[in-house]
Amino acid sequence: MNSDWNKDRKIKFTIQDPCQIVRKGEGDVVADDLRFVIQSVVGKENVIEMTPNKSNNYCCGGGGGFLQSGYPEERKAYGKIKFDQIVATGADYCITGCHNCHAQVHDIGHHFEGSYGTVHVWTLICLSLGILGPNERAYLGDDLKDVDVFHPETSMF
Amino acid sequence: MSESTIKIKGKKQNFFLDKVKEILPDEGNLNLCLTCGACASGCPATGLEDMDPRKFLRMCAMGMDEEAVKSPWVWMCTMCQRCIYVCPMKINIPQLIYNARAEWPREDRPKGIRDSCDMALRNDSNSAMGTAPDDFIFVVEDVLEEYKESQPEFKDMVTPIDKPGAFFFLNQNSREPVTEPDEMVPLWKILHLAGVDWTYGSKGWAAENYCLFLADDECWEKVTRVSANQADELGCKVFLNTE
Repeated sequence: MNSDWNKDRKIKFTIQDPCQIVRKGEGDVVADDLRFVIQSVVGKENVIEMTPNKSNNYCCGGGGGFLQSGYPEERKAYGKIKFDQIVATGADYCITGCHNCHAQVHDIGHHFEGSYGTVHVWTLICLSLGILGPNERAYLGDDLKDVDVFHPETSMF
Repeated sequence: MSESTIKIKGKKQNFFLDKVKEILPDEGNLNLCLTCGACASGCPATGLEDMDPRKFLRMCAMGMDEEAVKSPWVWMCTMCQRCIYVCPMKINIPQLIYNARAEWPREDRPKGIRDSCDMALRNDSNSAMGTAPDDFIFVVEDVLEEYKESQPEFKDMVTPIDKPGAFFFLNQNSREPVTEPDEMVPLWKILHLAGVDWTYGSKGWAAENYCLFLADDECWEKVTRVSANQADELGCKVFLNTE
């Protein structure tokens, strides 16, 4: 696993620490493990951190049932802090480690008209390994849709 | 600039805070608030419904149970615990919120969360989308066959369901098998290449637990036990929640 694919592209990533795994779970140790993996996959120089982060990270607003609670406007207002944090990094993508975060970070990006993409860690690991097929790229933008495509002939698009 | 003063109607009337203190370890430190506001200043929910964590706790401390507990804000706090992390006294405001949710009659709690919980109780999947075990098994096997054929480098890849003695018991958010099945594949590939011994469960495969968010203790325990029992019965060593 390496970050050669991104050596010249220099596509930038930021990391949303999931409250559940980091602050409420294993703490900064697991946040550092997450960074070890992400830096290996996209290149250390291409990771731009949010402030604050790790155990002190702001919740994105996707947790606690907020996504289903019937208060969408309030949920988006809650997520504005996260949106501003992501945009301030200038990153092309926000990597989310949990399903709720993925849904919320994706939604606030759309709602506040941000230009960043929201991507799962597993997608990037497979991309760097050269085993990410054309139909496994739903959350990748045009800048990554065509990078090292595994079995491009199987594309459904 | 100043907000109107909070008026307490005579003597402290109710005891919501005391009730919650009784069930929390170290009483949740709920009596130790220094009113510093570190919680409120770093809470993304501050300002919604004219509420914030400090205000909520102070209202409960003053016995304003009705006003605090019934605020829709209890459904806007995500219980992310950042307030505890920054609190010098480590006050467990999120558990106060959880128990405030539980004070609401079940039928008055948010319909979306309640429906998702009720769906999970319909069968042994635990899925908030109500997906039955057979449907999950069908999708997983179908997608696996498709990928083994189209990406022959992965012809030996497996997606075990109910494999006895597997080391990891893995669950999956329902949205993936139901609405975006291709999103399951990258994780399978990583597990395959790493030689990981894992299994899904036909019971309790769904990772989400909206009964927990509904603050329905009986139901969330039931849902959790379906998953835990399945992992135990299979003899799995580690429960991996991808949620």
